[in-house]
Amino acid sequence: MSGKVIMDSEAIARTIARIASEILERNKGAGDLGIIGIRTRGVYLARRIADKIEELEGIKPPIGILDITLYRDDFRRRSDWPKVQKTEIPFQVEDRNIILVDDVVYTGRTTRAAIEAIMDYGRPSSIQLAVLVDRGGYRELPIQPDYVGIRIMTLRTQKVNVLLKEIDGKDEVIITEG
Amino acid sequence: MRFQRKHILGLGELSAEEIKLILDTAESMKEVSERDVKKVPALKGVTVVNLFFEPSTRTRSSFEIAEKRLSADVLNFTPAQSSVVKGETLLDTARNLEAMGASVIVIRHSMSGAPWLLARELSASIINAGDGSHEHPSQALLDLFTVREIKKEIRGLKVLIVGDIAHSRVARSNIWGFVKLGAEVRLVGPPTMIPRDIEKLDVSVFYNLEEAIRDVDVVMMLRIQKERQESGLFPSLREYSKFYGLTRDKLKLAKDDVIVMHPGPINRGIELSSEVADDVHSVILDQVANGIAVRMAMLYLVASAGGTE
Repeated sequence: MSGKVIMDSEAIARTIARIASEILERNKGAGDLGIIGIRTRGVYLARRIADKIEELEGIKPPIGILDITLYRDDFRRRSDWPKVQKTEIPFQVEDRNIILVDDVVYTGRTTRAAIEAIMDYGRPSSIQLAVLVDRGGYRELPIQPDYVGIRIMTLRTQKVNVLLKEIDGKDEVIITEG
Repeated sequence: MRFQRKHILGLGELSAEEIKLILDTAESMKEVSERDVKKVPALKGVTVVNLFFEPSTRTRSSFEIAEKRLSADVLNFTPAQSSVVKGETLLDTARNLEAMGASVIVIRHSMSGAPWLLARELSASIINAGDGSHEHPSQALLDLFTVREIKKEIRGLKVLIVGDIAHSRVARSNIWGFVKLGAEVRLVGPPTMIPRDIEKLDVSVFYNLEEAIRDVDVVMMLRIQKERQESGLFPSLREYSKFYGLTRDKLKLAKDDVIVMHPGPINRGIELSSEVADDVHSVILDQVANGIAVRMAMLYLVASAGGTE
């Protein structure tokens, strides 16, 4: 994939470590955390953040996987048709501080759907949003991330691709021209 | 793969890939039923009509629960309380429901082919909930789902269907489904209840249950309709039960981990002895529970395919 590399694997690793520390600082430890990754790439980032938290704190927070297909507001309008996949949240969200993890926040609609989905599992103490990339300027809903890897301004025609070792073979964030 | 069909009418016309996509989607839907809040907003604003011209408790309730879990608006249309008794045709009834904004119609009708007629004439998505003695796709899909969930893989399994094959839409849809997914399908029943030339569907036919049941992984019992006795297809219920009823002794001839299925409602003591119905091998209640997830998948897939045309 050709384009401008804005984060390489070292930058991503450092960012994950920073986000993990910020999460611990704000929540005063890992005691009542639950980390939920949004399919697909949010899941891998959630696992990395949880591992880092374990390294720092000695406690590994539970990890969940969220598929938001059934909560989308653009159902019947999309041309790329996503297959419904399983949501797996193997812990009680009730009274926990939930860290919702996604690779990119752009319009905010995915986050909105994810919040609604989590609420169907119970009433968490809080939901906080962690993203690797905040694509500023195009938010369509009043949603802001609490933990940001990198904030970038892009053109609508550009594409931001987050590549992760687990599925893409390498760690990289690239901007490509559309 | 993307699901392209606006209607789900029968297993006869679905490809193996389409069947697998429905089963995979149902697996995700099953998780919704295990939550505290058993509802997702996927079909918010979509009106679904359950148009049942034949009595049905299980299938209609199961569709209704599936629709409600997807947040659809549901209308149950029962002909006994409707203008059908005043002589309205099927097509006129359906056109009226469509004019009221129904975008999915789930139909059960005693005439084989009725769902195809609606699919051709209306713009709503049609789901066949059983047509005559032709097809019952949601039942076959939930049977496939249940078997796949327990046995992991359908390819290579030996599946035996027992009873009145000729009049059974459940049997017909299941034959198509299991054969397409690579199972070896056997049929057994009195010769009067086995359709001629059924071997063309790639199945083997037996007339003796003890012989047919040897080494099978799945036994699917069909409900025997008592009124068939009057039409002379078998001499007496007692005789039918003696030869084709499933008992613990006969079940011992199958594989040790055999599962016993039945689409319900069961005639205890006729096609199935009570001890077998409640046995550890019986997955009859799993079938009922899985029916909701499978029907959610069917509704979701036709509604999402229908909207992007």
